[in-house]
Amino acid sequence: MPWTLIGMTIVTDALNPAHPPEPKPVSRRLVRLMRRPELGAITGTIIVFAAFGITAGNSGLFSMAGIANFLQVSAQLGILAAAVALLMIGGEFDLSLGSMIGFASVTIGLCVTQFGLSIPVAVAIAFVIAIIVGALNGILVVRTRLPSFIVTLAGLFILRGLTLAITRTVTGRTQIPYITDGQEGSFVVWLFGGKFGAPVFAWLASHGVIAARPDGSAMVQGLSMSILWWLAVTAFATWLLVKTRFGNWVFAVGGDDRAARNVGVPVDRVKILLFIGTALSATLFAVIQVLEAGSADTLRGTQKEFQAIIAAVIGGCLLTGGYGSAIGAMFGALIFGTVEMGIFYTGIDTDWFQVFLGSMLLIAVLVNNYVRRKATEAR
Amino acid sequence: MAEPVPLIELRNVTRRFGSVTALRDMSFAAHAGEVHCLLGDNGAGKSTLIKTLSGVHTPSEGQMYVDGKPVTFSSPRQALDAGIATVFQDLSMIPLMSITRNFFLGREPVKGAWVTKRIDMKKADAIVYEELARIGINVRDPQQAVGTLSGGERQCVAIARAVYHGARVLILDEPTSALGVHQASIVLRYVAQARARGLAVIFITHNIHHAYPIGDVFTMLNRGRSLGTFRRGDITEKEVLDMMAGGREIRELQQELERFTKPGSGAEAAIS
Repeated sequence: MPWTLIGMTIVTDALNPAHPPEPKPVSRRLVRLMRRPELGAITGTIIVFAAFGITAGNSGLFSMAGIANFLQVSAQLGILAAAVALLMIGGEFDLSLGSMIGFASVTIGLCVTQFGLSIPVAVAIAFVIAIIVGALNGILVVRTRLPSFIVTLAGLFILRGLTLAITRTVTGRTQIPYITDGQEGSFVVWLFGGKFGAPVFAWLASHGVIAARPDGSAMVQGLSMSILWWLAVTAFATWLLVKTRFGNWVFAVGGDDRAARNVGVPVDRVKILLFIGTALSATLFAVIQVLEAGSADTLRGTQKEFQAIIAAVIGGCLLTGGYGSAIGAMFGALIFGTVEMGIFYTGIDTDWFQVFLGSMLLIAVLVNNYVRRKATEAR
Repeated sequence: MAEPVPLIELRNVTRRFGSVTALRDMSFAAHAGEVHCLLGDNGAGKSTLIKTLSGVHTPSEGQMYVDGKPVTFSSPRQALDAGIATVFQDLSMIPLMSITRNFFLGREPVKGAWVTKRIDMKKADAIVYEELARIGINVRDPQQAVGTLSGGERQCVAIARAVYHGARVLILDEPTSALGVHQASIVLRYVAQARARGLAVIFITHNIHHAYPIGDVFTMLNRGRSLGTFRRGDITEKEVLDMMAGGREIRELQQELERFTKPGSGAEAAIS
């Protein structure tokens, strides 16, 4: 048991001079590593890649097009999962996340097609609305002291209903096409919905490293910008969590909010900010999808709230709060995307994906529970 | 009379919750370099008194003074800033977080500015190591979870945290009640250290055997009222016990138990 290696000794004589901290031996680093919450997700990722490497090696999953595909799927979910991981570590859930995606999508769509606003302005409005919705969620949870599960479940229906009702009233339909028409080259459209790395891919194609079209240009002309957003959001969330005071408060609020309050942590403010974070991540997801596809759909983001929670849990977040990691959530999303695409590429009936998901979730919860028990055992 | 100004004082404080009066006309003062024991049975008003001192509750009537000046705290944070630190029974420590993260929770040392502003973890670890070594707890890794510590160690870490962050008044809520003899003695020894450093310690307990050896002053509570404050020389351990609610009951219990254990009564087997 690695946990028993580190321990604590009471020096009975209080005046005994303290030894300076010893240099870290390799074994202690290993022990610290074993206690990381993301360890399970990283192991899982390796297993998933190995499994598909064996069974789907020639199916195209690991061709450039396949990789670009599963990275894009993982990236979109990963953006949500990072924010959800923070919220879950803070001890709360946000089930209105998926509906927020739909709401933000049609907000952008209506602003552009009905009110004639430019895309940057529409995107800015969507983010402002996200801050308001997130703050409302947070304030409701904090003030009523009701479980966030139930408060945001109400939000799930209210937001989805509003999205459908408003869109149908204004446009008579449930989809808003032609949002990016004539603006495909604009900076904002590229920033959220474009591709990066085109010169690299062109060079690789011209040298025969990756597949090329008959005219010599690369088959895959770049990777989705969502992948960069995914990495950026995860890096930011990790920085917040591990390095800043705010991160320390997130762990404390989720671990025991009464104790946190007693030592002067602004518990309510932390929770409200975390809810704003998930609403913002949902809106980023919506902006990326709308600007990639050029259209908005009232049903965008359905079930994403659960998928994001699953990714966060696979990444080591405890359902009870106080423990987890954003990097873990990133790997959780990667497992999710890889398996979803892998099942598609190998030709297995995609119905099996849900069976896999449920099983993964169950295993992850059991592993997390075990890790938590080990981490708090008195030695 | 040249009585020194108490660090913290309550004068005629009453606290009601709806129709229930939890604290009635309570006067109480704690001085620097003294351990003031608050004794009373469950429901005597001890927790209401602590929560009033630590800023969780405000008095319904009466006034609180710090350094002789009237104060009203509307949050525990304000009390903390005034140097009044409470170590609650649950210790306000988060088991899954590291010792260092707990130690500095809410008061994290930072370095860098603006976007690079971050917790100075190296400095924090070094301080934790040093502070704990000073009270005789040798941690190998300040980043290990608090949940891995024993009860006495946790209590000491919680007290060390309050002292380090500049507490002048240290309120300890039942710090030894859940501990064995050895663990309790570690905590009591540390309380004596804190007193020697000039802190006013308010020690809440219902265990007279832990309170009497360390207490300088004793205040007995019963049903929300003070039964009086006594200096150590003016009262014996037995008298303290008698005054506490339940003192009489304990004597009766003792007599009753003695009957059970009379040799040859045949009851030993039944209770052993």
